[in-house]
Amino acid sequence: MRQIEAAQVTQAVKAAAIAANYEPGADLLAALARGAETEESPSGKEIFRQLLENARIAKEERIPMCQDCGLAVVFAEVGQDVRLVGGDFDQAINEGIRQGYGEGFLRKSLCHPLTRANTGDNTPAVIHTEIVPGDRLKLTVVPKGGGSENMSRLYMLKPADGLAGIKEKVVTAVQEAGPNPCPPIIVGVGIGGNFERAALLAKKSLLRELGQANPDPEVAVIERQLLEEVNCLGIGPSGLGGRITAMAVHVLMQPCHIASLPVAVNIQCHASRHQEVIL
Amino acid sequence: MAKTVKLTSPLTDQDVLQLNIGDTVLVSGVIYTARDAAHKRLVDLLAKGEPLPMDLAGQIMYYVGPSPARPGRVIGAAGPTTSYRMDSYAPTLIKMGLKAMIGKGKRAVEVIDAMKAYKAVYLGATGGAGALISQRIKAAEVIAFPELGPEAVHRLEVEDFPAIVINDCQGRDLYEQGVREYRRTAAR
Ligand code: SF4
Repeated sequence: MRQIEAAQVTQAVKAAAIAANYEPGADLLAALARGAETEESPSGKEIFRQLLENARIAKEERIPMCQDCGLAVVFAEVGQDVRLVGGDFDQAINEGIRQGYGEGFLRKSLCHPLTRANTGDNTPAVIHTEIVPGDRLKLTVVPKGGGSENMSRLYMLKPADGLAGIKEKVVTAVQEAGPNPCPPIIVGVGIGGNFERAALLAKKSLLRELGQANPDPEVAVIERQLLEEVNCLGIGPSGLGGRITAMAVHVLMQPCHIASLPVAVNIQCHASRHQEVIL
Repeated sequence: MAKTVKLTSPLTDQDVLQLNIGDTVLVSGVIYTARDAAHKRLVDLLAKGEPLPMDLAGQIMYYVGPSPARPGRVIGAAGPTTSYRMDSYAPTLIKMGLKAMIGKGKRAVEVIDAMKAYKAVYLGATGGAGALISQRIKAAEVIAFPELGPEAVHRLEVEDFPAIVINDCQGRDLYEQGVREYRRTAAR
């Protein structure tokens, strides 16, 4: 058994939360630069340029990329040969979020659902823990903005709806979202599993390097077709009209019940933030 | 033909009537911030017949909840939040003389109708460009509801704050026009 201290977890989560908000990934920067080149609409091109400039300022001037520093989603892959000592795992993660959002001058965006009173420190995080082989601990901090999360949808389709039904729902979700989720977006799609698994698949698909195809060729084809259809909508950057509404569509698929066809669409704005650490 | 117009708050009817969808506006002067929670408080105050923390006549409301300022800085990131969450409150404020709203995303018919009836405009700032936009904010001060944290009402002083006219006083909509221009049918 390899021992990992809870304090190490806190430290790692804190650093990742800060880095995610200030340092856009190379994949995102490349996609924005490509967009500035290829977008046909003049206003869309200008938005891509602004977003590149925004990313530069965020990193150099230490201002978060977006004022919505997100609800902190944390994916934890815990090696089965890891033993956590010196504290409670979820508490250690939440402490990292508390410290990162405090010391990193990040916005605290969590509140009581009914009174709307702010929790003050951006906790609790939404934590997804998985046990995997090995003696490592992988933590991925994903700050997720409210604007794009609000435009996400879950559909329980009939098996007869098939691939055509799935496509129709994905396109409808993006169309209804329109300018609201800060396009250019990334569309995360979860197909199969059950009610909660489809949503988790959709969210997980967003962790993949931007624009990398699903390794399964059958799914990769669906991704390509969906991207094309979504980009026919004409919403464009900031919703001002243009060819690039989505920079990518990522799909994850798994078997489902013989009676069901769950489909989740998790919309990710261009402020696609995820930071991974391995302990 | 889209034009660029420099405006200084407070705005007059003439200021907003000259604007067409697609125009770029560079706003200078004082603007106020409010998100859903602050809007609810403002509308509740009005319902009770109590005074608002600011005089709305000719003013500009920016839908934003900024991130905290680092020591020595004016403000943190400060891009727009999605405007539809303010739709149920906006007509009341427009009737009180509010001349412009800055945010991102679609507005409800009721808000567009109120803009037409009372001569006001809706301006779009680039969603997610919070670091870039923060550089146009020269001063910031919380003037009401500090307990709301990032949702408190701030008084901002801005210089050449860039925005695009999404809905003008004629009830037109730039989002609809943009989509019409670039939409095509998917080959299935
Ligand atoms: S949707 Fe994303 S980019 Fe837009 S304001 Fe929210 S977090 Fe920022």
